[in-house]
Amino acid sequence: MVNSVSSQDNLVSVRNLTFSRGSKKIFDDISLDFQRGKITAIMGPSGTGKTTLLKLIGGQLFPDHGSVFVDGKNVHQLRRAELYDLRKRLGMLFQSGALLTDMTVFDNVAFPLREHTHLPESMIRTLVLMKLQAVGLRGAKDLMPNELSGGMSRRVALARAIALDPMMILYDEPFTGQDPISMGVLVHLIKSLNNILGLTSIIVSHDVHDTSAIADYIYVLSEGKIVGQGTPEQIQQSDSEWVKQFMTGAADGPVHFHYPSKDYVDDLLSIGKRY
Amino acid sequence: MIRFIQNLGKSTRISFTKLGRASYFLIQIISGIASVLVRPRLLLNQLYSVGVLSFLIITISGLFVGMVLGLQGYYTLSDFGAEETLGVMVAASLVRELGPVVSALLFAGRAGSALTAEIGLMKATEQLSGMEMMAVDPVKRIITPRFLAGFISMPLLAGLFSAVGIIGGEMIGSGLLGVDEGAYWSQMQAGIDFYDDIINGVIKSVVFGFVTSWIALFEGYDAIPTSEGVSRATTRTVVNSAFSILGLDFILTALMFGDN
Repeated sequence: MVNSVSSQDNLVSVRNLTFSRGSKKIFDDISLDFQRGKITAIMGPSGTGKTTLLKLIGGQLFPDHGSVFVDGKNVHQLRRAELYDLRKRLGMLFQSGALLTDMTVFDNVAFPLREHTHLPESMIRTLVLMKLQAVGLRGAKDLMPNELSGGMSRRVALARAIALDPMMILYDEPFTGQDPISMGVLVHLIKSLNNILGLTSIIVSHDVHDTSAIADYIYVLSEGKIVGQGTPEQIQQSDSEWVKQFMTGAADGPVHFHYPSKDYVDDLLSIGKRY
Repeated sequence: MIRFIQNLGKSTRISFTKLGRASYFLIQIISGIASVLVRPRLLLNQLYSVGVLSFLIITISGLFVGMVLGLQGYYTLSDFGAEETLGVMVAASLVRELGPVVSALLFAGRAGSALTAEIGLMKATEQLSGMEMMAVDPVKRIITPRFLAGFISMPLLAGLFSAVGIIGGEMIGSGLLGVDEGAYWSQMQAGIDFYDDIINGVIKSVVFGFVTSWIALFEGYDAIPTSEGVSRATTRTVVNSAFSILGLDFILTALMFGDN
């Protein structure tokens, strides 16, 4: 169990985190640990606030209670400049890629280098080409983001995320909406980048099959709580009804097929009334 | 009745919180000015897209407004045999009022709406939060250069509008209707005061440039990140800018020209 490992090995620890949006509790007192050098996945159905968790880790949102430690620092107590220094060491891959649409692929990858370093342009060129080579898109350097397919955008975004050689990458739904080939490419990239560059990766996903293939540890979230955790094997053999339903994709189970509603017959018979 | 009061209170509260956010946003913009001046390239690109690309609409509109002023002014003034003063009339109307106001309205429609849509879409496609995660402050990198560009371009565009308008008035007045060309220009020279008319007109357009850019950028930045949200924000930019321009014009006119 991760909890028994000394906190030295955890790059990120989330402690007793509570976060609500309006009256809806997104997270209810959850604690998670992300080990250094490993790929940790956070899984759960859409709408459980997995992306919100990444934004809390990146310091873009503030929790109601609890704290998030990244590399020993409490993210939400940092000053702005310190937070920005921390973020330079984090890469985040957004679901949409979030490429700047008014720049070429090359300039997008060069963007963090130009903003944060004073390297000469020749050095930036070399670095950018290396990063693009790593994701296999060196040939696409002069294209604009709107000329890229979804999978290519994500790979460019990945090249941009590793431009400053971060210690950790946060992946927001990297596999959603990808064809099998791009999916395979991304799975391979995430795994190999993590191993070769010695990164720590956090993947938020609801794609059971591909995520459990590369994750070292998995948390399963539902309705603000952790409903299961463990290595992919442990999760597969979990005896929790909920986790079983999620992993096998059964249509009905602890998570009901129907959105909460009042009695079906009553609803059908209440003709003429709008509510 | 109670519901009415409730709604009134609610909408007041909402508008005040929005005003608060807008003011905080303005402080952020202004505190980013120093970092933009270090990188003039960012500003130059925006001066092009905000200012230079508005040239055509400003020039053509200015020409037509000036021509209309020439026609209308001539018919009214000639009733009193005072058509020689057409130059003063055209120039005073343009420099004091129509130049700053009409060019600001056009600017809000042409550049303001484009700014709102651009920023709103950047927000909707997570480009702004992506930048934040790359430790780049989107206000400094994206918003402040656009704000400065709007603030700088507006008075220049208003000046262009008035200048072209005066030429338009001359084309109609002396070219078509036979006002003496010398009288047109010399009456204008004698009648228009540099401080009272021109500087006050410039002050107006500076204020309008400031307000329009602020509204446009804030509406984009504050937009709900969906296609509907961005379209509403764009509409609000044009409507709110128009109200602010016309309202402020009245206030500024009362303050500056009240004594004369």
